[in-house]
Amino acid sequence: MSLEEAFADGPAFIPYLAAGDPSYEASLEYVEALERGGADVIELGLPFSEPIAEGSTIQEAVVRALEAGMTPDRYFEFVEDLDVDVPLVCMTYYNLVYQYGASEAEKGPRPFVERAAEAGIEGFVVVDLPAEEAGPLREACDEFGLDLIFIVAPTTEGERLERMRERVSGYVYVQSRLGTTGARDEVSDYTERSLSRLADWDVPKAVGFGIKTGDHAERIVAAGADGIIVGSALVDIVAEGVDESTADVAARLEEKARELKRGAVRGAGVPRAE
Amino acid sequence: MSSQGKFGDYGGQYVPEVLMPAIEELADAYERYVLENEDGFMDEFRARLRDFGGRPIPLQRADQLSARYDREVYLKREDLLHGGAHKLNNALGQVLLAKYMGKERIVAETGAGQHGTATAMAAAHLDMPCEVYMGETDIARQRPNVFRMRTNGAEVTPVTTGRGTLKEAISETMRDWATTVEDTHYVIGSVVGPHPFPEMVRTFQAVISEEAREQTRERTGGLPDAVLACAGGGSNTMGAFHHFVDDEDVDLYAVEAGGSSLSVDEAEGVAPNSASLSTGEEAVLHGARTKVLQDTDGQVMESHSVSAGLDYAGVGPELAHLVDEGRVRAVNVDDDAALEAFHRLSQDEGIIPALETAHAFGYLEKYHDDIGETVVVNVSGRGDKDLETVIEETMDRDLDIAPDMGVFREVGGGRL
Ligand SMILES: Cc1ncc(COP(=O)(O)O)c(C=O)c1O
Repeated sequence: MSLEEAFADGPAFIPYLAAGDPSYEASLEYVEALERGGADVIELGLPFSEPIAEGSTIQEAVVRALEAGMTPDRYFEFVEDLDVDVPLVCMTYYNLVYQYGASEAEKGPRPFVERAAEAGIEGFVVVDLPAEEAGPLREACDEFGLDLIFIVAPTTEGERLERMRERVSGYVYVQSRLGTTGARDEVSDYTERSLSRLADWDVPKAVGFGIKTGDHAERIVAAGADGIIVGSALVDIVAEGVDESTADVAARLEEKARELKRGAVRGAGVPRAE
Repeated sequence: MSSQGKFGDYGGQYVPEVLMPAIEELADAYERYVLENEDGFMDEFRARLRDFGGRPIPLQRADQLSARYDREVYLKREDLLHGGAHKLNNALGQVLLAKYMGKERIVAETGAGQHGTATAMAAAHLDMPCEVYMGETDIARQRPNVFRMRTNGAEVTPVTTGRGTLKEAISETMRDWATTVEDTHYVIGSVVGPHPFPEMVRTFQAVISEEAREQTRERTGGLPDAVLACAGGGSNTMGAFHHFVDDEDVDLYAVEAGGSSLSVDEAEGVAPNSASLSTGEEAVLHGARTKVLQDTDGQVMESHSVSAGLDYAGVGPELAHLVDEGRVRAVNVDDDAALEAFHRLSQDEGIIPALETAHAFGYLEKYHDDIGETVVVNVSGRGDKDLETVIEETMDRDLDIAPDMGVFREVGGGRL
């Protein structure tokens, strides 16, 4: 299934987890639990040692995953070992993409994208790669038929917005507020403003950063989002459960996923204030 | 915009989207105020460097070292700049620029605490609130500077991730900036980060070589054969080199921290050095493509050096480029050589250097025969901040040159 198709039957629920957090085996089960809970797309983090866009929740998850031995090659094996039926998006930082490859001569995005495609990845979010620097990765994605998703921030305006519009595919990731990732108690009022700026873009719009409850999900979809992206609220469950049985934590993740998905669906039923 | 800020393949702008507008705004402000002197920015900067900073800074002949090495050794005394290190040149420039841009708050990161101190001073001087992120390892080994920052009214926020050094502090400051970008300026501490930082910081620091070039001419009637400076991120190096880059006969030496060894432990993700120019590989870190200590997967390593200010896994992109081009020689000395040089300069010349600076003198001690008749060494900072570290490190070693440490052993703990 392609990324765009995942948005075809109503609002998409897109959870994020860091692959390998807190261990390879547990993490496989957690990702599969998210699918049972209603995930339409899964963003799977490939851990990088300097996650500058991440708040403390995801940063600590990345540390746990790295300490448990996650590497780019293990990550691709992880993707192959996963038993899920929804499209997977690889979320990472550019240095790992750029360093991948057997030799100095072939280093760069191409071998990375080739290997990702073979493992079954559908697209990428590369957090520290602005559209201006994304040429080589965009080319490799086109060659292997993968999508390249860009994050639109509340501060993105004018020419930069146009440049992203030209280069984005799959969906656009709408960052709902300033700052780093992390679950919040309030829905940012940037959300509606951001969505209205993108109203005539012809890719689905998925809103993320700070979504924590089914109620948040409902409000964001009601505000016009085609999907919701939830990371820290789920990673919090993984973090709280590091000393518990994998099955218990997986059950809680599935339940939380269900709450978020239901919220998104409710939001789609609410008439928009247009 | 994307063709700007490139030094060969190095440099660029690799930052989360939320920061892109801020660095574009900064690039624009840099061009107008710094390069074109709009609203008399550069005039005010130079006036404040003079009155607040104490510039121009003397170029001093080092009489004992000149005799010892049988050549002319000159010291560019950046340790005499207000605050005790070259860092004020940049901090004052950036805080003033933030003011011209209408920003209301300053954040900064610091390793040795020297950049944090300079930023806190500049922010107090220009009446701006300031928050400084510092790794907990560095807080422990640089207590005097932490206290200086607090005394100047800055908040000092400990960073506990990783090994708690400069790399982690930079990441944490970027996180703060991403949240507060609309009214906050990030005063980065070296010639690193996304464009326009590497070029802008170099421009503020280039006053070092502008003066040194003129001063050597006045003193010797010509140019030096070599300029030596220690390289952490590379700001005092680029500052000391910039106006000599076109003088092909002047050899430029960037002296890195060899730590305890140049080898790396890939499995542990640790390099017992911070010699990223000598042993690093091209990577994308903290907003720029440059040379970085990393493992084969591209994960960034923890670096090590006895001097907190050199303890960083990356280096400025322009310096990396000049090394690749063969214009700058990347060399290094280890912790022991730096400590010895610390004691030698203190005893021979009455100048207690920063441990960072001591690396440049460690190189001079070993290789003086190969580096020409007239040598300028950039004394990037004074060593007051390092005294606690030097006491502990000296007690742990058998250094012939060190003063008798007996009294410290008896009093115990090694803490003054
Ligand atoms: C005295 C001194 N010299 C050198 C450095 C290294 O930084 P850079 O290479 O940017 O000059 C520092 C950093 O804190 C410092 O305090």
